[in-house]
Parts: sequence; structure tokens; C-alpha cells
Amino acid sequence: MLTKKIVLLLAVLLPVPAFSAGGDAKLDKADTDIHNQASLQRGARNFVNYCLGCHGAQYMRWNRMAEDLGIPEDVLMSELMITGGSPHDTMRTAMPADLSAGWFGKAPPDLSLIARSRGTDYIYTFLRGYYADPTRPNGVNNTVLAGTAMPHVLAHLQGLRQPRYELREVGGRSEQHLVGFDAGTPGELSEAEYDEFVRDTVNFLDYVGEPVKAKRERMGVWVVLFLLVFWVFAWLLKREYWKDIK
Amino acid sequence: MMATDSTTTAKGGLLGWVDARFPLTRLWNEQWGQYYAPKNLNNWYLFGSMSLLVLVIQIVTGIFLTMNYKPSAAEAFGSVEYIMRDVEWGWLIRYMHSTGASAFFVVVYLHMFRAMLYGSYRKPRELLWVFGMLIYLVLMGEAFFGYLLPWGNMSYWGAQVIVSLFAALPVIGPDLAEWIRGDFFISDITLNRFFALHVIALPLVLVFLVVAHLLALHEVGSNNPDGVEIKKTKDANGNPVDGIWSHPYYSVKDLMGFAAFFVLFAAVIFFAPTMGGLFLEKPNFELANPMQTPAHIAPVWYFTPFYAMLRAVPAFFGTQVWGVLVMGAAVIILFFLPWLDRSPVKSIRYRGPIYKIALALFVVWFVILGYCGLKPAVEPFKTLSVIGTIYYFAFFLLMPWYSRIDSYKPEPERVTYHAH
Amino acid sequence: MLHCMIGRVAGVYNARSATGTKTVPPRVSGRGATGGCVLETIHGGCPMSEQVDQGRRQLLTAATLLTGAVGAGFAAVPFLASWKPSARARALGAPVEVDISKLEPGALMKVEWRGKPVWVLRRTPEMLQQLEGIDDLLADPGSASSIQPDYARNPARAANPEFLVMLGVCTHLGCAPIERFRRGDAELGADWPGGFYCPCHGSKFDLSGRVFKAMPAPTNLTVPPHTFVDDNRILVGEDQARAA
Repeated sequence: MLTKKIVLLLAVLLPVPAFSAGGDAKLDKADTDIHNQASLQRGARNFVNYCLGCHGAQYMRWNRMAEDLGIPEDVLMSELMITGGSPHDTMRTAMPADLSAGWFGKAPPDLSLIARSRGTDYIYTFLRGYYADPTRPNGVNNTVLAGTAMPHVLAHLQGLRQPRYELREVGGRSEQHLVGFDAGTPGELSEAEYDEFVRDTVNFLDYVGEPVKAKRERMGVWVVLFLLVFWVFAWLLKREYWKDIK
Repeated sequence: MMATDSTTTAKGGLLGWVDARFPLTRLWNEQWGQYYAPKNLNNWYLFGSMSLLVLVIQIVTGIFLTMNYKPSAAEAFGSVEYIMRDVEWGWLIRYMHSTGASAFFVVVYLHMFRAMLYGSYRKPRELLWVFGMLIYLVLMGEAFFGYLLPWGNMSYWGAQVIVSLFAALPVIGPDLAEWIRGDFFISDITLNRFFALHVIALPLVLVFLVVAHLLALHEVGSNNPDGVEIKKTKDANGNPVDGIWSHPYYSVKDLMGFAAFFVLFAAVIFFAPTMGGLFLEKPNFELANPMQTPAHIAPVWYFTPFYAMLRAVPAFFGTQVWGVLVMGAAVIILFFLPWLDRSPVKSIRYRGPIYKIALALFVVWFVILGYCGLKPAVEPFKTLSVIGTIYYFAFFLLMPWYSRIDSYKPEPERVTYHAH
Repeated sequence: MLHCMIGRVAGVYNARSATGTKTVPPRVSGRGATGGCVLETIHGGCPMSEQVDQGRRQLLTAATLLTGAVGAGFAAVPFLASWKPSARARALGAPVEVDISKLEPGALMKVEWRGKPVWVLRRTPEMLQQLEGIDDLLADPGSASSIQPDYARNPARAANPEFLVMLGVCTHLGCAPIERFRRGDAELGADWPGGFYCPCHGSKFDLSGRVFKAMPAPTNLTVPPHTFVDDNRILVGEDQARAA
């Protein structure tokens, strides 16, 4: 029994690593900038307003975020930590996982590391990839993650695009192919504004994925420069001593 | 042991006091200070001391990581994030360790390649090479056990696949795999024992082997890019004419190498710690999930040449064991290199065109295999992996033949060196 | 490296250097058994002292060692700093809010802050009277060498004399003193003015946590930073000044 399982596992894993269904979608460049603090602040606001209701960031502390993003503590408490708590707390969602799992089919994942595990381009494209699909339980579908359980939370901002299908003959059967979108219901934001909105949010998620990233890159310049100086000295020293060797 | 110039007369001071009780000065002089190294060692010879440096980095950062890491399935992933976020400078220590793992293999591969360039494994350095290979083997174990510790999804499935390789062995396989895991699946129990192996058992073995490697090296003396023994030509005092003291000459040269290493090491740590998913893989930022394999699973880059060989071998007689055997053989065959090479000269400088081409192609195919191992098993990678595997084994198995028929240039009497 | 592989003929040592062709390279002079060169004791090697610019060599050695030492110093910082309390430790050690609305006069309540017992004692006017006229008996009546915030450096050792907020940790070896509030306690004698008594080594403190003379405990009990948020709440772990 066990042997069979292992052989099966080997057969599945070793020779042919499976492709993910959604992994092939062409992703747009998020083009975020971790050093842009204004963008990160807007992203934090977007995250608190639109994401935190269902998704937590269990490894991210509020006060760390406020400090890194230059948000004063009183603003943190009044604008972002609306439900109260200690600034030392991590950014947990108020929604209990067992309830949300019942509502959405699966519990909304924690977003602490989503930018690291999926990449910023993925989230950027995903949040802009919704379109109307009446066949889905929540009435929407997504170009990046087909059949996503996540409703289009940002529909009132983006609007709801209508898909345009084309019938194509594949192997003697005609299949529906998504070829483009019609405007559909307009949202409060223009397309460019919505892209900016998503970009800020993704930028914030990138920050949440690795809060030290901006500091690390700034610091790295000095570290590398210092080590280059050290290398120059070591190289000159080596050359000096090796003059002895004929 | 070679003759040294160290004075054996009694010395005063603290050093004299210690020397009367412990061979401190003698050890230093024999092992480094007055160890005669060939004067013509080039920059390829920096990677040996560099691997020692990386070992030290790994041990120090590793010790500090254990201070905050929790080796349990429930806490491991969270404790790594705790290190990355809550522990002051924890991110730097962790990145040093994760980058150090890859750096270790980079310098060790270059170090091994240098041995192949200049025939450093040839008589009388066979045992030196075998110790080196054992270090490499233990290093692979360290990397494998350590990779499970973050308890990410790639950690989990990587361990799952590798342990399953043992399960593919006939008769004992399944029981062996179960014994390694200590459970019916990769679990908290497996993680805990891998932790013990990674932080205590294998590092001890590694340090022991490194000491043996260095003792063996200083016993037989270093090879050099000309592949001629400097001990053949000695001066009136019995010291090799073409040898120079390691200190200060190779001290300052190795220091220069260390500095260069630090520049590159820091550049990766501060600007590309994940190396685009090559050093830290994306799925490993997700908690281990026994219910879902990452969409694309591949080992870390330093294992991929062997992984590609594993996949290149099809199953027949209803078992996958052949791929496993081929992968194992690919590592084991390296041990026999000193006895496969029959060339009358050691260094590539004096070897003929056949070996030069064979070695160049070997590098090319090893890199191609490594690339294929990172890619899904589809065309053209499948075919390339098969060709690469065949070439890899042909390179070694045919070596006794082609290294003998190859032409060669006569070696010089003494090493060549251009003052600069 | 390639140039080394070209044109090598057996038996002829053909080292090309900038100065020309030499058949046999000269050895490093002064090395080996001859010994006794200038730098040998420092570096263990003997350069050709007649051609070597010793000043430059020493300067470069110093520059490299200095840069290396600075680098090693910088590199040590992360490792040493990683032992400081982490963000989680600081979160768990965050100020604790104490509800004092139900604390009766003369009663003591204990809360935990940073793993230590914190006492909140609501003193009656009589208890405050017990603090007077005993300065001669105390080791540090003015709390000059004891640890407390500035707003508690007074006989009552409190910002608000009614409420004493204090760490219940003996300044001798860290035991928890026990309360002996009554004047003339049976165990502690008729002249006992009321206070705290440490069962481990017998240190005695008054009702402000001030230590009596000739006790094992060297200083008064420690008053942690605390803030009166309002009439009913004290925040232990945060200083008065910030809230004020």
C-alpha cells in the first residue's frame, strides 16, 4: 500500500512536475517602488479599507508599519487601527477563519508573504483581472486565477468588465474563448486611476512581505562600497608583498 | 612532514609558556606560517580558503539562527518570519545563512573544478581528493536537511521527494523511507530530527573532515597549475626552491580573495537575497501544505544537475529505481577520479586536445544539466538531460582510455612563474 | 592563464617577465635558515629588504588591518544586537493597564508586567501617616540611590500618594517581599512601623518600599514608570510625562 503510494508519488512528482492552471497567464508589470513612501502610505490605507476585513497580515506589527511608513501614532490609531487594540499587535483580520471558510469555500489567505510567494506582478494582474461571469457563484471570474473564490471587492472602483467570447473549433468541438472585454458597468475610478490604486496596494503588500527591504537596499550601497575599499587595500597589500617573489 | 625553519629553542613570554605545553607555534608553522606552497598558485587556488571562510560564516550565523528558530511543525515557519521581522538584525543573519548555503556550493564547485584543471587529485593526492569528496557529500546532506527547516511548502515537498527516492530502493526502500521520516509522512518528528542532524551531527563531521582534508594537504603539499612537484627541487636546507611560505604571501592573497568574496556576498544579501527564486524559492514563502504540491517543484540550483540525471532515466521493469541509482552513481563516480585519469601529466597546461575538449564539454553539459533540472521535464529539456547524463558518465568512464591516448606536452622541470 | 599554456618546451624554463627572460628565477633572499630579517618576527617571511619600500608595506598593512577591524566591528553589531529584546518581546512587555476602580483603601493588588509582579497599594491616610518620622531608621529615605521615576522621588514614592505602584521584587536577590502593613506586627516587633518584609533574607521596607538600615537589600524597592490615565486606570510601563 505504502509502496504503491510512493511509486505513485514518484511517478507524479519526478518525471513531470505539473504545471499550475493559472501559472501560465501573462502577467503585467506591477512596477512598484518600495522606496516611495507616499505610495506605501496610500497602499496601507487601501489595505486597511479593502483587504483587512477578510485577510490578515499576521506577521506585520502595526507600530512597525507606522514607523517604517512615517505614519504618526495618533494617525495610526485614529485612521488605520479603527477597531482599536495595541499598536504592538499584528495586523490580524477581525473575520474568524472558520466562518469565512464557510462563506467563501476557503478561508481568505493571510497576506503577510503573498508578495514573496506569488510576486508583485501576479497580485497586480490578479486585482485588475476581474470580469463578469454569471456562471460563477459570486458573479465574477478572473483572468489570472480562473474560478477564484474571492469576490470582486473593488468592483465599485474598477467597475465590472464584460467579457467578449469567440467560438473556436477545437478538435471538432466549438469552445468559448475569452478574447477581450467590453466596458460594462463603469466604476468610480478611471482605468489609469484604478491601476495606480492597485499599484499602491501591491507596493504595500511588497513592503509587508519584507518590511526591511527598502532599508536593506539603502544600507547595501554603503556595505558594498566599504567592502570595495577593503578589497582595494587587500589587493594593494597582496601586490606589495608579492613583489618579493621572483 | 616537511622540514620547517621553526626554532625549537625555548622562548619567553606567554607564547613560550604555551609552546612548552602545547605545540602552538609548531602547529602554526607546519600548517600555515612556514608551510611551503608553490609560488605559482593562481587565483583558482583562492576557492579552498574561501570555502573555509564560508564554513565559518555558516557556523556562526547558524548558531545565531538556532537561538530563535523553533524546530517544530507548528512553530518553524512562524519562527523564521519572527527572525526576519521581530529579531533585531535577524533578517541579515538569516540572509547570510541562506546566501551562504549557495555560496558554499559555488566556491566548492569552483574548487573542485580547479582540481580537475590541474590534476590535483592525482597521486599522491588521492586521499586528499577523497576527503574533499566526503566533504562535498556531507555538504549535500547539510543542504538537504537544512532546507526542510524553514518548513515552507518547497521545504516540505523537497524533503518528500528526496525521502521518496530512498523508498524507490528495492525490498528495503519503503521501510527505509519510513525510518528516515520516523512517521508515515514528513512531519514534526522528521523536522525535529533533521534539525538535530543539520545543526549538530553533520557540522561535527564536516569540521572533522575539513581538518583531515587540510592535514592531508599539508602532508603531501599543494599541487600547482603546472602539476609538477615542487619537492623535486630542493635547496641546501631541504626546502623546495619553488615554495614560498604561506605566511605572509598566501595570507595576504587569501585575504584579497576573502575581500572579493565579501563584496559579491554582500551584493547578493543586500540586493538580491532570493536571487530571483534561485536561492530562496517563491513557494517557500508559503507554509508547508501536505495537501498541495507547489505548481513547479525543483531542488535548489546546486542539486539540479543531479536531479536532471535522475529524471533523465526512464522507469523500466516497473520501477523508478534506475534514476535513483544513476543519480547516486553520478556522485559516487567522482570519488574514483584519481584512478580514472591515466594521463602522464597532471595539469591541463600540458595535456592534449582530447582532455581539453572533454573537460570543456563537461562544464557545458554540467551547466546544461543544472538548467534542465530547474525546468519542467518537457522538451527540449528531456532530451538535453538524457544527452547530458550520457556525456557525464562517458566523461568519467571513458577517461582511462582517452586520457591515455591523448597527446601531451612534456612538463617543465620546475614550475613556471612570472613576477608581476 | 592561456599565455602560460602556449609555447612551453620541456627542460627550458622560459619565464617571461617585464624585465626579460631568466632561466632560473632568483629565490626570495634572506628567507629560510638564514633568518634574521627585519620583518620576520612580525610576518614570518623575509622580503628582499634592499628593494622593499618598508614604509609603504607597513602603511598598507595598517590600512588593511584597520579597515578589516572596522568591518569586523560592523559585522559584530547585528549578532550582538540580535540578543536585544525582539519586537515580540517588546510587544509582550508593552505597558499594562490596571483598573483601580475596585481597589479598596488599604488593599494591595498585584499585576504582572514584563514577567514581574507589580503592586498597586491604595494607602489610607493612616498608612501615609506611618511613613512619617521614621527617616532615621531608613537607609535611603530620600530615594537618592534607588530606582524610580522622578515623579516618585518623594517620601510617598508616588505621583499620587494614595496609590503606590511598585515592583514586588526585593532589591537584594529578587524574592517577592510580603505585606506586613500593621504597626507593631507580632512577628516583627513592637516598633515595626508597618511595611513589607522579605522572607528570603529578612529585608524590611516601609509602606513606600523604602528599605530600613542594615538590611541585606541595598536600595528601596523599584517604582516602575506609570501613568494615571484617569481616576480609574493606571498604565504601568509608561511614564507620567508622556500622558501629561
